[in-house]
Amino acid sequence: MIKKHWARRHIAEAIVRGMMIASFALVAISLGLILWTVIVRGLPALTWEMVSQTPQGGFYMGKGGGVLNAIIGSLYLAGGGTLIALIVSLPIALYLKTYLGDSEWSRYVRLSLDVLWGIPSIVYGAFGFAIMIAIGLRASLLAGIIVLSLVELPIMVRAMDEVIRRMPTDLEQAALALGSTKLEVALNVVTRQMLPGIVTAILLAFGRGIGDAASVLFTAGYTDRIPTSLLRPTASLPLAVFFQLGTPYPEVQMRGYASALILTIIILVISLGSRLISARLNRYTVK
Amino acid sequence: MVVTLFPLFLIVFIVLLLIVRTWPILSAYPAKDLIFGMIWKPDNGKFGFWPFIMGTVWVTVVGVVLAVPPCLLVSLYLSEYAHSMTRSIAKPVLDLLAAIPPVVYGVWGLLAIVPFVEKGLAPISKRWLSAIPIFSVNQPTGFSILAGGIVLAVMIAPLVISVVYEILATVPNDLRHASLAVGATKWQTIRRIVIPQVMPGIVAGIVLGASRALGETIAVLMVVGNVAKVPTSIFDPAYPLPALIANNYGDMMSIPLYDAALMGAALVLLVVILIFNIISTLVLQRMLTRKQA
Amino acid sequence: MDRDLNVPTLKARSTAPLNMEPHIQVRNLNAFYGKVQALKNVNIDIPRKQVTIIMGPSGCGKSTFLKTLNRFLELTDGTKISGEVLVDGYDIYAREVDETEVRKRVGLLAQQPSPLPMSIYENVVYGMHIHGMKKNRKEYKAAVQHYLEIAGLWEEVKKRLHDPATSLSIGQQQRLCLARGLAVEPEIILGDEPTSALDPISSQNIESRLLDLKKDYTTVIVTHTLRQAKRLADFVIYMYLGEVVEAGPARDVFNNPQHERTKAYLEGQI
Repeated sequence: MIKKHWARRHIAEAIVRGMMIASFALVAISLGLILWTVIVRGLPALTWEMVSQTPQGGFYMGKGGGVLNAIIGSLYLAGGGTLIALIVSLPIALYLKTYLGDSEWSRYVRLSLDVLWGIPSIVYGAFGFAIMIAIGLRASLLAGIIVLSLVELPIMVRAMDEVIRRMPTDLEQAALALGSTKLEVALNVVTRQMLPGIVTAILLAFGRGIGDAASVLFTAGYTDRIPTSLLRPTASLPLAVFFQLGTPYPEVQMRGYASALILTIIILVISLGSRLISARLNRYTVK
Repeated sequence: MVVTLFPLFLIVFIVLLLIVRTWPILSAYPAKDLIFGMIWKPDNGKFGFWPFIMGTVWVTVVGVVLAVPPCLLVSLYLSEYAHSMTRSIAKPVLDLLAAIPPVVYGVWGLLAIVPFVEKGLAPISKRWLSAIPIFSVNQPTGFSILAGGIVLAVMIAPLVISVVYEILATVPNDLRHASLAVGATKWQTIRRIVIPQVMPGIVAGIVLGASRALGETIAVLMVVGNVAKVPTSIFDPAYPLPALIANNYGDMMSIPLYDAALMGAALVLLVVILIFNIISTLVLQRMLTRKQA
Repeated sequence: MDRDLNVPTLKARSTAPLNMEPHIQVRNLNAFYGKVQALKNVNIDIPRKQVTIIMGPSGCGKSTFLKTLNRFLELTDGTKISGEVLVDGYDIYAREVDETEVRKRVGLLAQQPSPLPMSIYENVVYGMHIHGMKKNRKEYKAAVQHYLEIAGLWEEVKKRLHDPATSLSIGQQQRLCLARGLAVEPEIILGDEPTSALDPISSQNIESRLLDLKKDYTTVIVTHTLRQAKRLADFVIYMYLGEVVEAGPARDVFNNPQHERTKAYLEGQI
C-alpha cells in the first residue's frame, strides 16, 4: 500500500503554497526595504543640529539649522488632536458598549464610524479649510489640531470599540450585581479592564496624527519657528520632509531624508512602546 | 445618546459643506463640461477635470491590481496554512507597514521605486512589451502611474490582508474538516469550499482597499509625475485628484472659482469613496457578525 | 455476570466466530498538544471488519486517538505525534505517505453533522470529484444513489437531490455525511461520537447502518455512552488519561473486566 505523492492536485497545492510563501516574503521584504532605504539615506544627514535647531536663514538653500520647529510642531499638533479625539471617543465607545450593546442602532453608529474611518485626510483637510474660511480662522496650530482630531477620531473609537467588545461580560455582571449603576460600571470597571486597549488606541491614533500631511497642509500652515501660540501657523514633520525634498539642492534633500528618518523613528518608538505598555498593563486585566 | 449621533452628523456636514463650497463653479459651468473637459487652465477659466479623474482611476487600478493577488495569497496562507508562530510574526509586520506615514512611503517611492521603474522596468517593457499600448514607454523618467501603483499597493496591503483574513476566519472549521476528511488537499478545500463561502466578503475587502488607494495623497504625489494629461500607458505620468488639491491649495484663493474647483475635486473623491465604503462595510459587517453567532 | 438488557443481542452476535485479525496496528503512539501529553504509549491492534468501540471518561484521549488514525490530529496547531500506525502493515505516518490518500481510505464521521454548503447530490459527489473516481455523469449519478441507499437516505431524498443539504433534518444530515464519506470507498470508518448530536430515532438509524456496514468495513467508534458501546461493540478499548487500560473482545471486557479501572467505569456508568 505505497502511497504516491504526485497527483495533479498535489502539484497544484505545491505551486500555490510556493506562491503564498513568495507573497508573504514580498510583504516582509517591502517593510525591510522601506526601513532600510530611509535609514541608509537619512542617517548621513541626521546630525544633532537637525533635531535641536530651527531653520536658520537660508536653511532651504543649504545653510544651517534643523527641523526642531517641525518636530515640536508635530508633537503639539498630534498631542492636541489626540487629546480632543480622546475626549470625544471615550464616551462614544463606552456608550456603544454600555447602552447600545449589539442593537440595531449600534450597527448604524458603527457603520458611520467605519465610513468616517475611510474618509481620506485630504478631504478632512479641505473640509477643515472650508470651515476656517467660514469662521475666519487663519491657518494655525488650533485649526490643525481640530482637523487632526477629526482624522484621529474614527481610528481611536474603532480601536477602543474592538477592545471593549471583547470584555468578559461576567465582570460587568459582577459589578452590576454589587449595586453599581451602568454608568459607574462603565467608568470604573470597563475602563480599568480596557486600559491596555485604550492606551494602544491612543498611541495608534497619535501615530497617525504625527504622520499625516494632507490634512495639516491647508490648516496648520507652515513656519520656521517653534509654535508659541494656538492661533499662529505651525510646522509639521511630514510637511518639513515634503518641502525639503521639493528644493533643487541636494544637501537640503538629504536633510529631507533625515527628517523622514526622524519621523520614522518616532513611529517605531510609538509602535514598540505600545506593544510594551500593553504587555505590561495586561498583567492587571482579567482574561 | 447625542454623542453617538456625532459621527453620522459629521459625515452629513462634510458632504453638505463641500457641496456649498463647490456650488459657485457648478452654477458657472455645466457639470458635463467640468467632468469631461480636457483642459485645465484656471487662469483662463478652463476647468476640465477629465485628466485628473483618469489619473486617479489609472493609479488606483494599477495599485489594486498589483496588490490583490499577493494580498489574497498572504491572507489565505495566514488563515489556512501557517502556524501560530508565523502568524505572530506577520501581525507586527503588517501593523508596522500600516503605521508608516504616507510621506515616508513617498520618500521610499522617490528613492527606490522611481529609479526602479526608470532603470529596471521601463527598459524591459521597451524591449519586450512595446507592442502593447498600455505598456509603452513614452517618457524618460520613472515618475509614473506604475511607480504610484507600486507604492499604493504596499500601502493598502495591510488593510486588504487583515480584512480578508478576518473574513476567512468566519468559515467554520467543521466545513474544512468535512472536505479534508474525504481526502481533499488544503488547496482543493480552499478553492471549492472556503473561498466560495466568503466571496462577497473578499470582494468587499478589495473595494475597501481601492477606496483607500483613491484617497491617498502625499505618497502618490511624490512619485506620479503630476502632469495633467490623460494617461495612455502605465509608464506615463498622471495627476490624480488628491494631488491636484494638495499641489494647488496655495493658489486657491487668488484665482476666481479655483477654490470651488478644488472643493469640487474633494467632493467627487468623497462621494466615490463614500459609496465604496458604505457598500463594502455593509457587506463586511453582515458577514462578520453573522458568522460569529 | 450478564446483568444487562442487552443479553439477547450479545448472545445473537456471539454465535458468529469473532475474527480478530488486525487491520490497524498501533505501536508506541504518543501525542502531545504543545507540552501536554494526550496519548501515552498506545499499543493496540484493531480487528478487521469488526466494530471496535473506544470508550472512557471525558478527556481520556479517545477522540485524540481516533484522529491519529486518519492523520487528522496534525491539522491542529502545535500537535506532535510519534510512533507508528500500521494499516495492513504499512505505517501511515511514513515520510513518503500521502496524508490525503490516508484520509480517503480512512473515513471519518464527525460528531456534529457538517453538510457542505451545496446540494444533497453535490455533497455525495464531492469526494468522488476530488479523486476523479468515475468517468461520466451517469456513473456519478448511479454512485450517488448507491451510497444514499446504503446510508438509508435514498427514499427520503430521491425526489430532491438538488435541494441544499442544509434543508435536511439533523439526522438526515448525518446520514448524508455517512454517504459522502462512504462514496470515496474507504476501508475503515471512524466515528467520533457520531450520534451524540442526534435525537434517539436518528441515533438508532445511524447505529443500524453502522452494524450493516460491518461486513464490508472496519469500524472504529468513539462513544461516551456505555449503552451504545454495548449495543455496537465487537471489540472494546477502554482508555483512561491517555492510556489504553484494557482492550479485548466485547463479551470479555464487559462481562469480565480485568482491570480495576475498567470495572469502576463499567459500574459507574450503570
